[in-house]
Amino acid sequence: MQPLRKVSSRTVVLPFTHIDTDQIIPARFLTTTTREGLGRQLFSDWRYRADGTPDPDFPLNRPEAQGCEVLVAGRNFGCGSSREHAPWALLDYGIRAVISTEIADIFRGNALKNGLLPVTVDESIAAWLLAHPGAAVTVDLENACVVLPTGVSAAFEIESFARHCLLHGIDQLGYLRGKLPEIERYESTHAGF
Amino acid sequence: MPPSTLFEKVWQAHEVVPETADTPAVLYIDLHLVHEVTSPQAFSALRALKLPVRRPERTLATMDHSTPTASDQVFGRVPIKVDAAARQVRQLEQNAAEFGVELFGLRDARRGIVHVISPELGASRPGMTIVCGDSHTSTHGAFGALAFGIGSTEVGHVLATQCLLQRKPKTFAVNVEGRLPAGVTAKDLILAIIGRIGVSGGTGHVVEYRGEGIRALSMEERMTVCNMSIEAGARAGMIAPDETTFEYLKGRPRAPAGRDWEAAVQRWTLLESDAGAVFDRSIDIDGGAIEPMITYGTNPGMVVPITAAIPDCAGDAVAGKALGYMGFHGGDAMLGKPVNTVFIGSCTNGRLTDLQAAATVLKGRKVAPGVHLLIVPGSQQIKRDAEAAGLADIFKTAGADWRESGCSMCLGMNGDTVAAGQYSLSTSNRNFEGRQGAGARTLLASPLTAAASAVRGRITDPRELL
Repeated sequence: MQPLRKVSSRTVVLPFTHIDTDQIIPARFLTTTTREGLGRQLFSDWRYRADGTPDPDFPLNRPEAQGCEVLVAGRNFGCGSSREHAPWALLDYGIRAVISTEIADIFRGNALKNGLLPVTVDESIAAWLLAHPGAAVTVDLENACVVLPTGVSAAFEIESFARHCLLHGIDQLGYLRGKLPEIERYESTHAGF
Repeated sequence: MPPSTLFEKVWQAHEVVPETADTPAVLYIDLHLVHEVTSPQAFSALRALKLPVRRPERTLATMDHSTPTASDQVFGRVPIKVDAAARQVRQLEQNAAEFGVELFGLRDARRGIVHVISPELGASRPGMTIVCGDSHTSTHGAFGALAFGIGSTEVGHVLATQCLLQRKPKTFAVNVEGRLPAGVTAKDLILAIIGRIGVSGGTGHVVEYRGEGIRALSMEERMTVCNMSIEAGARAGMIAPDETTFEYLKGRPRAPAGRDWEAAVQRWTLLESDAGAVFDRSIDIDGGAIEPMITYGTNPGMVVPITAAIPDCAGDAVAGKALGYMGFHGGDAMLGKPVNTVFIGSCTNGRLTDLQAAATVLKGRKVAPGVHLLIVPGSQQIKRDAEAAGLADIFKTAGADWRESGCSMCLGMNGDTVAAGQYSLSTSNRNFEGRQGAGARTLLASPLTAAASAVRGRITDPRELL
């Protein structure tokens, strides 16, 4: 995994609360057996009209949203299923960070393992971001803060180990396999319930 | 020792390495359930690293999400209609064979929805840690297990090490005092709880459901409650094991037997939250005041008693978007709204007792003209049991479509879908936009409400037909 220190980009805004993983990537696209190429189906039912053409009113389809790497969304982004296809689709499309006041647990864990930054900010920062689509922001992982074009810097919480792994490009499975002696010791001494 | 919660007891017993400020805990996983949709990428990761499955005996695979429910397709008389699904089925067969993982394949008599078959086998037991690449893994918490959904990368971690890196969640007590009235089911209870705390009310927490209203529930009902913990955003849901749990498990194929059984029950009896144990959060619910519940919007928290009207949400753009999708208006009564499709099944409500409940309403009645009633058992075992008990005959006589087991219409990826714009009254767990098919409009309710509404062709209070 490549080290990740910061993402600087204009934002694209989806001003809806509780955006679930079925919206991020509908279940009918989960019949894939790889993790690549899901960006085309990202937000499929919102992005495309029934005839398959892009809906020009959907925020991701607007000309000014092209190339944006930071997605700003309403509260409780990523709720619903455990499908890791959701962060895979966002990353494949080009999104590198998601900002909301609240991000669902399983989505957050999946995002962190793939280098997609889940960023939770307070209501006032979120309200500013929701009201200013296209704002040029920097998500600074090293200092765990989001810097707005107004100069305001808002700290966000991020699990310390996941942050360390992202900053240094450390693979969590490698770390976990390093604990195999402890795991074997546990297995030899614990009968379980 | 200070008093501790059920969750803390199970967590602590599985800490290989405790968490620190800088590092998460290494948590041991007793049982890893695998299915065809979220595992291919994990097996590929192992293959790329030339790693074996470390504990195949703690791993059980089945296929349920993308599999067809039409008998002809399941038993190979005609090809599986969805090509990509057929490839996924073959991929799991190859992966299971290559890595030595036990698989209940497409035509195996033990196959079914992953969260239905593991309890049925007696493989999900008190005090265990159970994970699966599926958010409804919370179902198994009904046994007093710590059970939660994980992503595909973590599926790879468990396959390779039998462990996960986890931060310890907070605890949340939901106390249900008072028993559910007649005609009110476990599904109504959990919908009422989600309506109360909201779809992110449980985020970061493991819920323990407690109190007289929970103790009075059967294991099947407890599974329905724990199943939808994730719909409140919770990491997991748990219920302390008791005589009801032991009675359910006794004699099941993978439950301990003989002297081992007695010893196991002694250990399991200790698995309850100690008097004085402190939860990070708690709420009280009066079970006796709950009515049949039904959703009206596009997440499970948008729910009302079936006799109520849709809340007025003027000025709320998000609720307005949901009602626009559903074709509803604030102030509308839910009772009497037409339904096109009724789906009874899923890991939430596809067990034998759910089918028995539906049959009490459907016996001697007919499905309303123009309504498609699809009934999908949660496992092949349940299918056989329902056929032996005469339930399938009641369903078919009523005009229902009776299928092989699987996730089916809960999520539109196996050929069972609801058409755009159609209303689907469903016993499943998610009413998200497009969940049952692009443009489909889902209303979540209990099997009793589903059956009653299928008979009338309109949203019906099941208490009128009991």
